[in-house]
Amino acid sequence: MTAILATVSAKRLTATPGQIALALAIAAFLGLFLVLPVATVLYVAFTEKGTSTFTLVNIYDFVRTELFMRSLWNSFYVSAMSVVWASVVALPLAYLTTRFAFRGAALVQTLGFLPLIMPPFVGAVAMQLFFGRNGSVNLLLDDWFDFKIGFMEGLNGVIFVQSVHYFPFILINLSAALRNIDRAMEEAAQNLGSSGFRLFRRIVFPLAMPGYLAGASLVFVKVFDDLATPLLLNVKDMLAPQAYLRVTSIGIADPMGYVISVVLVVASVAAMWLSALALKGRDYSTTQRGGGGLARRVMTPFEAVYGYGVVILILALVLAPHLGLLLLSFATIWSFSPLPDAYTVAHYARVFGESSLYIKNTLIYASIAGGIDIVLGVAIAYLVLRTKLVGREWLDWAASAALAIPGVVLGIGYLRMFYGVTLPDGTPLASFWIMIVLALAIRRLPYALRACHAALQQISVSLEEAAENLGATKARTVRRVVVPLMAGGILAGFVTSFSTAAVELSATLMLVQSNSDAPLAYGLYVFMQSAAGRGPGAALGVVAVLLVALCTFLSQLIIERSQKAKGMGH
Amino acid sequence: MITRRIALATALGFSFATSAAFAQAPAGKVTVVTSFSKDVTDPIKKAFEKAMPGVTLEVQNRNTNAGVKYLEETRANNQVDLFWASAPDAFEVLKGKQLLTAYKPRATGIPEKIGSYPINDPQGFYSGFAASGYGIMWNERYAKANKLPEPKDWQDLAKPVFYDHVSIASPARSGTTHLTIETILQGEGWDKGWRTIKEMSGNFRTITDRSFGVPEAVNSGQVGVGIVIDFFAFSAQASGFPVKFVYPSVTTVVPANVGIVTNAPNKAAAEAFIEFLLSPNGQEVLLEPGIRRLPVNPAVYAKAGADYPNPFTDPRFQKMIGFDVDKSEARTAVVDTLFDQLISFQLDALKGVTKTLHEVDAALARKPNPQAKALADEARSLIAALPVTEVQSASAELRGAFSGAKEKGARQAEVESQWASFARDNYGKAKVKADEALKAAR
Repeated sequence: MTAILATVSAKRLTATPGQIALALAIAAFLGLFLVLPVATVLYVAFTEKGTSTFTLVNIYDFVRTELFMRSLWNSFYVSAMSVVWASVVALPLAYLTTRFAFRGAALVQTLGFLPLIMPPFVGAVAMQLFFGRNGSVNLLLDDWFDFKIGFMEGLNGVIFVQSVHYFPFILINLSAALRNIDRAMEEAAQNLGSSGFRLFRRIVFPLAMPGYLAGASLVFVKVFDDLATPLLLNVKDMLAPQAYLRVTSIGIADPMGYVISVVLVVASVAAMWLSALALKGRDYSTTQRGGGGLARRVMTPFEAVYGYGVVILILALVLAPHLGLLLLSFATIWSFSPLPDAYTVAHYARVFGESSLYIKNTLIYASIAGGIDIVLGVAIAYLVLRTKLVGREWLDWAASAALAIPGVVLGIGYLRMFYGVTLPDGTPLASFWIMIVLALAIRRLPYALRACHAALQQISVSLEEAAENLGATKARTVRRVVVPLMAGGILAGFVTSFSTAAVELSATLMLVQSNSDAPLAYGLYVFMQSAAGRGPGAALGVVAVLLVALCTFLSQLIIERSQKAKGMGH
Repeated sequence: MITRRIALATALGFSFATSAAFAQAPAGKVTVVTSFSKDVTDPIKKAFEKAMPGVTLEVQNRNTNAGVKYLEETRANNQVDLFWASAPDAFEVLKGKQLLTAYKPRATGIPEKIGSYPINDPQGFYSGFAASGYGIMWNERYAKANKLPEPKDWQDLAKPVFYDHVSIASPARSGTTHLTIETILQGEGWDKGWRTIKEMSGNFRTITDRSFGVPEAVNSGQVGVGIVIDFFAFSAQASGFPVKFVYPSVTTVVPANVGIVTNAPNKAAAEAFIEFLLSPNGQEVLLEPGIRRLPVNPAVYAKAGADYPNPFTDPRFQKMIGFDVDKSEARTAVVDTLFDQLISFQLDALKGVTKTLHEVDAALARKPNPQAKALADEARSLIAALPVTEVQSASAELRGAFSGAKEKGARQAEVESQWASFARDNYGKAKVKADEALKAAR
């Protein structure tokens, strides 16, 4: 018995040549397209002014500046509070749709996902028109009750918008985790007399913990590194906006902008590391498969009313910006009034001609980027969780750090690295559209990686050992056992990467070289620079949202189907 | 000076003549990096391609700063023919980095100056093609609902009634706002100008990080009043938004420019584009409702409506101050950073004092009180105080701190930190004085 155990653990300690090659290939990819380009920009943080000698004086300046320390604290506070509120929104949606026989669960999952794909600029305008100081809600409140609510004021405004925007990270990862829980665990607990909230608190939620933490850490890091929302609300004393403001204006020659970027990267990696630490030493995997997740209970009429009520309330809140966007795309003039003055379809006619090109580009770029992300995500998750390779966590951390790199820094890094390299026809490599795809893939890799990581954590290694004992090779085991069992998580990762890549702007803006290579987000940006472009911009935004929603809905259907198919075989 | 300019012009003319003799008819793709929106570039692209069959205009849209950065990063293998944007400062930066090629347009009928601003770069590195003035725009529905009067001048925006209703873009982020601030500083002088700016800033609702954020907020009614470049207001009016615009007395008209990039891959077509922009045909496109810029060819105004502002005949524009580009360029970074450190990042403190001072004024209007008045004046002087004199602002040492100069010296972060604590202390003291004044006045 001990002998067998010893051989098993010895086997797990060593890595096969294939695994080593895989690790090296991933490291090379990350090095070439993430670490080196970013390093060409960020090394300035550690050089002395006027010379290129190494120094830490810039870090000292950072710590001593009141504004930066205030920004650092604000960023921590806002990120933590956003995680709390995002959980409040996401938990009921995830639980109700996976735990109960819920009509339209796929629809709810899709709608609950939409906030993530708020297109740049127009999304902001639509949100202001609804919740702003003189938005529809406040104008009506002022009219009827003589008071206003500062939804979008200061740090609390940032927390409000961020929670609404990023809760889908928790929703999608938690739902995937809940679907993966072994029904037998729940039944065992019920047999032992546990039920209701206690069952959820003691059994279901802990088992779904990897998914929840994957989502929560993403929300934390994303909010910590997000610059668009604070800037939109004119909150400048947070870290990411400070970095952005400096890197794109007079601070461009000054190291401080890059010092802040380095702080962002360190904080993000630390957050990821902490969430990994929280799961350490516990086993979340369950052996039995094919149960199709938790047993679907039928709700009593009272529960049904309550459940649907909660879901509709939450969806109404989080989808209000999209409703605003839709109204804006049909509005002639909408200014200081609860609703637009009149409606027209002219904006759609204006974008009709060129949008097909943008749509094509967006679909191509986002799906290739999403594809690269899940391949890398599965590979990295496998190396981290299933091998004992030295330094394997570094792959995970390096990939996660991408979340903290401001898009404009990555864009400049790509220009520096790849503009000198010319293609056979003399054009620079950096102007080839593949570079946009790679930038998108790198920027969205953390999403897919977290989803794949969580999915693999829930699969018991004994299933793979069984396959190998039956004579399957490692590669065959991965292909026939691991990947199919991870399917839900992989799809979740693909959808998140795909849809957020479809609306990415900051790196794209630096890399787009011609209109014929431009994705939707760029087209949107070009429209949103003028008063007359607001309507067409919104129309293009609606097109983007519909496009991504359709793709999401399709993949939700696929998940449901596969779950049902598994359930049938049971 | 004049002889030098003539010599330069003949030299340029000569080089143009020789190159024109060998150049072939323009054809192929001409690439332009621009900060202009689609509403501006689309009609011009259409008209240009119609006038020049065989040439296609490839538009790369980037904001001004990103565009400059882009040209810098890609200079080793440049693929861009033209840079096309509003802010003359950006062209000065490009010129300083040898990223522009001189070109003397052949177009006729364009005067030397608009208002008191030279239309073209004296050395011929870039040419003005349209003019713009700076001013105040407001939303009529918002003004009516909040009972705001019509603003006429910068000082009006400092009045209590405008508290929390005004918006501006940060000059560090918006080339056009930088020019507005610099215009006030040059028109009113360094100390008085900053006083005006800070008094106005006490009423700011927001300081946005991109130029278009201001007109967008005014158009949608999120803020009442915005400090903007004129065409933002004109094109919003043309789209039907309930907004109005006024040129204040201290302002200037400044040309928006176009210039050929060094080592342009298609120089012939780039020249053709500049000639088209300056031709009567190209100038007329500027009158379109979505664009609404002021042409630099005075003859074109005959085709514009009667209410179209004409800087060549309208007396308001003749009064406008002369704008010293060199002075502006020497202190750009210092002015922008002062604005950010004294105003943008201390806005809450500044607004807090300003609010109290407005209350003091209201109380004094009901019941005069010399002691309270003296205290309020002290508070105002504390707010207006500056950490830097006009001479220092253009000094080599300070410029070095912001330009990443090669020699050692003060670090940007160090200087900024000093200025920020200067402002914080002063606003704190001013708040104490203002509170005392309010107590005395009541």
